[in-house]
Amino acid sequence: MENSSRKKSTRVKQQDRRDFMRAALFVGGTVSLSLLGYLPLAQGESQRLRPPGAIKTPDNEQDFFAACIKCGQCVQVCPVEALLLADIDEGFGIGIPYIDARQQACDFSCDGLQCVLACPTGALTHEINYPAESTMAFARLANPDTCLAVLGKGLQGPARQPPFTGLLRYDAIDRWSPQRVADQSYDLEVCDLCVRLCPIEIRIAQCEAGKPPSGDANQCPPHHAIKLEPFTAANGEIRLTPKVLQGCVGCGVCEMVCPTQTASIVMDLDIDRLTVTRAGG
Amino acid sequence: MGYFKRSLQELAGKRVDKPLKRDLHPDLHTIYEGKKGTLSAGDLAKARLEHHKGYFGKWRKRRWATLIAINLLFVVSYYFDIQILEGALTASRFVGFHMADLNSALQVMLAYKVVVLNLVIGTVTVFMMWVLLGGRTFCSWVCPYHLLAEWAEVIHLRLEAKGWVNNHTFHRGVRTVLYFIFALLALITGYTVFETLSPTGILSRALIYGPGLALIWVGLLLLLEIFYSRRLWCRYACPIGITYGVVGLLSPLRVTYNATACHHEGDCRKVCLVPHVLDLTIRGRAPEIVNDVSADCTRCGLCVDICPTDSLHFEFKGLKKLL
Repeated sequence: MENSSRKKSTRVKQQDRRDFMRAALFVGGTVSLSLLGYLPLAQGESQRLRPPGAIKTPDNEQDFFAACIKCGQCVQVCPVEALLLADIDEGFGIGIPYIDARQQACDFSCDGLQCVLACPTGALTHEINYPAESTMAFARLANPDTCLAVLGKGLQGPARQPPFTGLLRYDAIDRWSPQRVADQSYDLEVCDLCVRLCPIEIRIAQCEAGKPPSGDANQCPPHHAIKLEPFTAANGEIRLTPKVLQGCVGCGVCEMVCPTQTASIVMDLDIDRLTVTRAGG
Repeated sequence: MGYFKRSLQELAGKRVDKPLKRDLHPDLHTIYEGKKGTLSAGDLAKARLEHHKGYFGKWRKRRWATLIAINLLFVVSYYFDIQILEGALTASRFVGFHMADLNSALQVMLAYKVVVLNLVIGTVTVFMMWVLLGGRTFCSWVCPYHLLAEWAEVIHLRLEAKGWVNNHTFHRGVRTVLYFIFALLALITGYTVFETLSPTGILSRALIYGPGLALIWVGLLLLLEIFYSRRLWCRYACPIGITYGVVGLLSPLRVTYNATACHHEGDCRKVCLVPHVLDLTIRGRAPEIVNDVSADCTRCGLCVDICPTDSLHFEFKGLKKLL
C-alpha cells in the first residue's frame, strides 16, 4: 500500500498519462466543437431579417445573439407564423428567431408587437411599442429591370401563385384572420402592390380616414414608407417606380407580395430607417 | 456542514476520502460486526431475487411519466394553442408566469451583461422551485436528453455484458473544467457558446418547433454513449447538471441511506448515473447510520427502486417534524 501511494509504478504512470490525455482531448474537443459555432457568423451566413425590436449593434448582431435565450416564445405568438428558429448550421445563432420575408413577411397583424411582449430577456427590446417604431431593415428596389411598375405593366390575378402559403392581413375582408396572398386576385393597370399592401401605408390611410388601428392614435406612423414616383423611361414614356421613404421599417411585406419571379424589391439588412435618416438619404 | 462539504466535493469531481475509523458513528461498528458472516452468497442472491420478483421500478415509472408529460405539455401548448406552458425548456411561461432555465439564464446574463426584470422573475421562480424539489431533479425528471441517454445506456450495458464494448471513464473534474470554460466563454466572447451544443435546448426546441440538423449532434452524442463511454454527456460534460446541483445544496428533498440493513452489494451503484454519490453504501464509508446522499444526486430513484433491503429512501427534510 505505502509503496504504491508514494512511488507509482511505470504502468500506473502510463495509465495516468493516458487518462489525462483522454480527459484533455474530451475537454478540448467539446470546447472546439462549440467554438465552431462562430464560423457561420464570421462568414456572415447567419445574417437574417430579425423580428421587430431585435437589439441592433453596429456591424454585428452580438448583443441580440447574447440576449436571446432561444426559447421561441416569439414564434408561438405570431399570428402569421412569420418567425422561424435558426438551426445548428447557423452556429451561435441556433434557436434564434428570423424571418424569411419572401415566404412569410411580418405584416404587423397583431398591431401590438406580440413577439416583443413575449420576449423574456429583452432580446426584442421593449423600448418599442408600435409597428412604425421598428427598424428591421430597409426595402430596396434590387431588380428594377423586372419590376412591373417600372416596365409599365399591370397585374391580373394573384400576387403569388399557389401553392404559395404566405398570409397577409386584409382589413377589408377580416381584421382578425389573415388571408392567403395566393387567394387574392387583382386587376391593376399598373402594379402597385408594394405600396398598396405596405402595412405602414395602410396605417397612414386608416389614420387619415380617422380610423387608426385599434382606435389608438399612437399607431399612426409619422412618415410614409413607400410611394410610386414618375420617371421618364428610355423610350420617352412617363412611368412609375417604387421609391422607399424614411418611414420604411423593413417588415418584408413588399418583398413577399412582389409578383415577379424573383422579388424585384428586397430587404436590405445593412441599413434601416434610422441609419438612412442619419446619413441624410 | 458535512453535507455541504461532501456535496461540493462531489459536484466538483473531487474524490471524497474514506472516513477514518474513529470518525464513524460508534454504533456503526456494532452494525458492521453484526452483519459479518450472517449472510451467505446464496442468501444474498435469494434476497435479491425475492426483491426483483416484486420489483417494478415504481420511481422510474413515475419519473418517465413526469418527464414525458412536461415535455408533451410544451408541445401541445403550442400545437393546440392552449397556452399552458409556452416556450421551450430554456425559457417559458407557465399560465403566464415567467420561467427561465437557470443555466440558460446564467449564460445569457454572462454574455449580454444586462438583466431585464422578466428574466429575474423567471430565474428566481425556477430557482425557488428547484430548491424545493431537489436541484438536479431537473436532470432526471425533466431533461429530455436524460431519457434518451437512459435508453442508450440500456443498449450500452447489454453490449458491455456481451464484451462488445468497453466503458471508458473520465476524471469527473472535466465537467467542472468545462463548466468554468463555458462560463468564461460567455463572459468573454459575448455569445452563449454552450447553447450551440446543449442537447437539452436542442431536443426541447426540436420537439416543439420541429426537427432540424441539430439532432445529428444529439445522435452522435448518443452513439458515443452507446459505444464509448456510459452516460458521457451527463456525467462528464453538462454544465446544467452543476448549476442545478448547486441549487440542490439548499434543497430539503434528498435521498437518504440507512446503513443498518444494507448488504453492501452495490446494486444501487450499478444503476446510478452518478455512482460516486453512493460510495456511502460501501462498507465503512458512511460516517453516520443515516446519511444524506450528496447534492450531485439527480433524485432519479433508481437506487430506491433496486435496493433489496429498503436502505435508500426519498426524504423531505423537516417534513416529519412539521407533521
